[in-house]
This record gives sequence, C-alpha cells and structure tokens, in this order.
Amino acid sequence: MPNQAPSAHNDADKLLPPDQAPEAKPVRHHPIVRVTHWLAFPLLFLMMASGLQIYRAYPSFGERGATPYPNPVGAVAFPEWTRLGGWLAGGINWHFFLMWPLILVGFSYFVYLLFSGEWQKLVFRPRDVRPAFQMTRYYLRLRREHPAQGKHNALQKAAYTFILLLGVLAVASGFAIWKPVQLSWLVGLLGGFQSARYWHFWTVWLFAGFTIVHVILVFAVDPTSLLAMTTGRYRGRFTSDEA
Amino acid sequence: MRRDEQRAIEQKNSRAFIQRRDFLAASAAGLLSGCDWAGERALRRPMMAASRFNDWVSARLFSASRLAPKYDASQRSTSFPNYFISGMTPTLADPSAWRLEIGGLVHTPMLLSIDELRSLARLTYTVKHHCVEGWSAIATWTGTPLRAVAERAGLAREARFVRFDSFDNGYYNGWDLPSALHPETILAWGFNDRDLMPDHGAPVRLYAPHKLGYKLTKYLTRITFLAERPGGYWEDQGYPWFAGV
Repeated sequence: MPNQAPSAHNDADKLLPPDQAPEAKPVRHHPIVRVTHWLAFPLLFLMMASGLQIYRAYPSFGERGATPYPNPVGAVAFPEWTRLGGWLAGGINWHFFLMWPLILVGFSYFVYLLFSGEWQKLVFRPRDVRPAFQMTRYYLRLRREHPAQGKHNALQKAAYTFILLLGVLAVASGFAIWKPVQLSWLVGLLGGFQSARYWHFWTVWLFAGFTIVHVILVFAVDPTSLLAMTTGRYRGRFTSDEA
Repeated sequence: MRRDEQRAIEQKNSRAFIQRRDFLAASAAGLLSGCDWAGERALRRPMMAASRFNDWVSARLFSASRLAPKYDASQRSTSFPNYFISGMTPTLADPSAWRLEIGGLVHTPMLLSIDELRSLARLTYTVKHHCVEGWSAIATWTGTPLRAVAERAGLAREARFVRFDSFDNGYYNGWDLPSALHPETILAWGFNDRDLMPDHGAPVRLYAPHKLGYKLTKYLTRITFLAERPGGYWEDQGYPWFAGV
C-alpha cells in the first residue's frame, strides 16, 4: 500500500483481480476524446464532400497560363452523391459553415491532449523510432514477441501524430486559401496561393487514406476498440502496460 | 433542372459562362442547391447566419493598411480570363458620353468624365488576382484610387457601404467602406500597360487585390455611398458577401 493515501475507491479496485472487476478498469478514452472523435468523423466527411464541390469549379493547380502541377485526380467528374452543395456557392456555404465546428472539435482535442498529459502516450517522439522498427518486424513476422508498449504502440503513435499534423496542415492551408492577402505570411510558408490549394487538396486524400486504413485495422485487429471509443472502456484481448 | 449544367462557374470562356447564366439565376432560389433533401431547408438559416459570421470574421481579418504582395511585370500571367453576364461584351454606344456618377451619402455629388477621373490621381501595381473558383492570375492594373474620389466628393458621416453599378445587364456589387477606402482599391482604366479593354470592363472597372474577382465590378456607371448594406449580383444568389482575400 502506498503511503500517499490514494482514494479508498482506487485501493479497493486494486485488491480485486482484474477479471473479477471489469468495471474497475480505468476509462481508456476520456469523454472529450470520444466526443471529438465521433464529431470529427461526420464533419470531416461533409467537409470533403463540400470540398469536392468547390474543387469542381477549377480542378487544376498553378497560376493561369503556367504549367499545372501534377494532379492524378484531375478533372475527374465526381458523381453528384459525393458532392455537397449542388453548385459552387452551395459548396462554399457548406464548407465555410462546417469548418467552425470542425476547428472547434480539433482545437478541443488538442487542448485536452496537451493539458491531460495524454500527448505523451500518443505523440511519436525520437524514442519511438526503435520500437517502431521492432513493431514493424513483429507485424512482418520477423519477430516473435510483441514489443512492450504503452497505450499505443510506436506505429500507432506515428499514425496518430501524422493525422494531428495533417489536421494542422488542413486548417493552415484552408485559411491561406481563404485570406491569401491578409495572411500572406501563411501563404508564403506554404509556397504560394496555388501551392496552398495544392496542399489543401492533398490533405483530403491523406485523410481519406488514413480513414480507410484506420477502419480496416479496427475491424481486422480489434473491433472491441470501436466500443472503447464509444463507451470509453476497453474489454478486448490486448493488454498493455496502461489502460 | 440539371445540376450538371451548372458548370458555369467552371467555364473559362465567357461565352459558355453566359449560356449557363439563366440556369444559375434559376438555381439562385436554392442558395444551397436544389432542395432534394429536406434538411437543406432547415439548414439554410444557420448556414446564412454562418455566412454573415464569416463576413464579420473577414472584416476583422481585413487590414485597412496592409498592402498586397507585388510582382514584377515579367511575372504576369500569359492568360487572364474575362467574365461578364451580358450576352455579348458590353460596350458603350458613345464612349465620349460616358460619365461616372458619384452619389449617395456625399457632400458633393459628381459626374466624372474619363479624363477628369484620370487627372485626380493614379496608382499602378502588379498583383495577383484571386477568383472564387480557385484560379489566380497576375496582371498590372492602373487606375484612380477610390479614396481620392471619395475625398473629392466628401463622405457624409453615415456612409458605411458602397454600391457599384454597371452597364453589364444590371451587374452590381456592395462593399464595406473600409475595403473601398483601402489605398489599393482603384477605379481601373489601365490593364497591362494598355487602356482597359472591353473584355475586362472598359472604360472603367473597380479593382482591388484584396477582394475576390466577382466583387470587382466592371463597366462602372455609378458609385453610391450608403448607410445600409447593399447586396450584389452573385452575393444575392448565395455567394459570400464580404469576399475579401
């Protein structure tokens, strides 16, 4: 028993074997994480749909008269059901309406990560490089035992850190496109107005790619994590050093 | 009504643009597009409120003194699209009879000939033009700062907005006063070292590097200073009103 006198409730939990006290398992995902996760999903989806509508107005990148940037998507006619708004003004209105709740959701999550200390379990740092290689070897069956990990393994950390940075890039490039003169410093950072459009465009496909892989892994590896993201409590087969 | 026809905004040449104009005007009734989905009706109010909010944010982000990045004449775009809503390029039957009317909340209403306008003041800059569609192009513009005209006319204290009218089939725009009085807001009569061409709004068009293209009224006839916010041709159909960049 530690001397710092933790609450009686916590002490009681520790006296019971975990399998007899499932309720005692700590909450895996804080309510802020769960709420922001499930709000971000539809918001991001609708932002992409309205973004495709806007893209349709000028599906090219680069200054007028200059060589266009490479664009494998090009002037593909996205079917109507993938677009939101019906015409350019409608797409703009949806996009500029939904951007505020999405920014708020992202901002709330960032603030939570920062002040809860949760970022230490999630952000990929130099110390995660070695475990990332170990984890890769494990997945490739070149290594037998699962490397030790915290809440997330090193590859998960890399993926989640990437998506955090992608969110920052999406917002930054979005504002750069919206106010290229007032925020000309931001446009400069992104390499110019057309380049900012280009970045913004690529964040869409990276988000889409991430989401597909993310969902496949959830169902292929551990569907109980879907419940954990909803109820907060994890009842799956994977153990980790932490909740 | 087929939404697929609504490529107007995507068209690079003005002819195709015009053919789709009627469709666009019709679809204007649905700011958010067709009403296939009932939820869009319910969402129209919050969405328009959000659009107003975005106008407010845009006005806060707008700096009355920040100047747009400048480019060298050698960086001019080799092509520069031109739009108008009339069926044919709007031209004047008698260019020498053209006068720009300055009115509304001013102490001295004026009728300015092109020569009088040119003699007031002159500003030339090479800047990037931003279109709502997403394209951008660099060109050199020469004109008379609107601020010089406003000073000559003398603004009444109640003036907070400006309405710009044209002879392009009723096309017009409404602006906030701070954007209109920005030092780089000009009544342009020169384009890439030449007189402004009919395709680009001759004899005089509004120009500013800090607004989207559709706010830059071509074929100007009248400038009216107002206390209430005027609409605009595209703005009335659902496009953002402030449209500052």
